[in-house]
Amino acid sequence: MTYITHSESETEALGAEFAKDLPAGTVAALYGELGCGKTAFVRGMARGMGLDCLVNSPTFTIVNEYLGERPLFHFDMYRLGGADELYDIGWEDYLGRGGVCAVEWSENVPGAFDGDEIEVRFTKLSDTDREIRIERGDASC
Amino acid sequence: MLILSFESSCDETAVAVVEDGRRVLADEIFSQVALHEIYGGVVPEIAARSHLEVISLLADRALKTAGVARKDIDAVACTYAPGLIGAVLVGVNFAKSAALALGVPLIPVHHIRGHIAANYLAYPELEPPFVCLAISGGNTMLVDVRGYTDMSILGQTRDDAAGECFDKSARVLGLGYPGGKPIDDLSKKGDDRAYDLPRPTVNGGSPYDMSFSGLKTAVVNLAHHAEQTGETLDKPGLAASLCRAVSEMLVGRTMDAAERLGYENIAVAGGVAANSRIRADFEAACQKAGKTLFVPPLRLCGDNAAMIGAQGYYEYLAGHTAGSDLNAYATMEL
Ligand SMILES: Nc1ncnc2c1ncn2[C@@H]1O[C@H](COP(=O)(O)OP(=O)(O)OP(=O)(O)O)[C@@H](O)[C@H]1O
Ligand SMILES: [Mg+2]
Repeated sequence: MTYITHSESETEALGAEFAKDLPAGTVAALYGELGCGKTAFVRGMARGMGLDCLVNSPTFTIVNEYLGERPLFHFDMYRLGGADELYDIGWEDYLGRGGVCAVEWSENVPGAFDGDEIEVRFTKLSDTDREIRIERGDASC
Repeated sequence: MLILSFESSCDETAVAVVEDGRRVLADEIFSQVALHEIYGGVVPEIAARSHLEVISLLADRALKTAGVARKDIDAVACTYAPGLIGAVLVGVNFAKSAALALGVPLIPVHHIRGHIAANYLAYPELEPPFVCLAISGGNTMLVDVRGYTDMSILGQTRDDAAGECFDKSARVLGLGYPGGKPIDDLSKKGDDRAYDLPRPTVNGGSPYDMSFSGLKTAVVNLAHHAEQTGETLDKPGLAASLCRAVSEMLVGRTMDAAERLGYENIAVAGGVAANSRIRADFEAACQKAGKTLFVPPLRLCGDNAAMIGAQGYYEYLAGHTAGSDLNAYATMEL
């Protein structure tokens, strides 16, 4: 499915809608350039999952944990050099913790995904418009 | 009281020996250079975050530099949150074993509290209360430091950290990584009114909350438009305008908070404190308001273990020690 949003809050709302009923264990792989709205989308995801917490950029921390009944693990691979650094950050451990994983800068870690992930691709159309394409493995969205 | 302290929450591994929370006897930080020295010139392939390989070597070196024996150590302190869990665990587990082996107390320290305490190392006369602005690549928060172990967040970034905004803008301008220093250097050659950049405010939350992703995006958009229209970007002007925008967002809020709380002292911590525009603006604002400014030297602004030893001392005095069941946490309130 392809969506167009016209503001940051519309992107957040789309993230909330997207995450509302995601089953535990889902991995959302986010792709798109600097400032295209990935963090904004994940902020919405947290809200959609009923997690009332501050969602800021994990670029330096690499992963933020938002804990609740169904936790959200917010990754940012911006500073990672490649998939071999996944071990250092505990990627496999997080996959086993029964939460939802959202991954900014998935471009940097092609080896992290097994094909079951949901791809969310952002394209900047203008200063305020973003195209957001969501593709599930089974194409059922 | 001699504290052996450990920091391993993200990229750096560090070990220090600190006396009575104020005097640094040794302050060892892992870097490629340090690694080179440790292995006598033969550098094995070690991942940037492989704290495990270097922590015990650094501990031995710290004791040697400090000129103290293991039996002289009175307590062990370590960062236990927040951070990359695997990295923090390395420091926590090593500190636990060290405390157990030496038969001394174990003191858990919050990483950001450590950054604030870096000021105690640089300024022996500084005592709470004061307002502290902690600004780095990963953090941007304004803290009310009522006492050595009694503090609360007044406001913080709701998206990107200030240092992240500098780093990502630098990348867009083709200045390399880390971008703080090159942006700072370039800004000195530019006009800080060349570009009209936004000063985003935050809806809801605290009046001291901040937002920097809008600034980052404004820089990205300017670079993009210039590329499309074939215009040349005034990079020094953009760097200067960016430094001015970031500085205004930080300094204004910090001064307001100090005024409202009636504090005389204002401290800055974290790597972004090195930015010369922010420093100059803080100096001018403090002079105007009759307040005293504290900014630690660069070495103490980045991640280091001395700051953990400093805060560890005050945590110990407050009775905050842990047993060998101490855990590491990715997130933790201040
Ligand atoms: N339709 C839109 N959706 C999302 N953000 C928008 C939109 N229009 C403008 N923006 C602006 O774009 C920026 C998006 O920033 P954000 O930090 O979420 O991006 P990001 O993709 O996470 O960047 P990074 O690559 O640095 O992690 C914000 O400043 C926001 O205000
Ligand atoms: Mg982001």
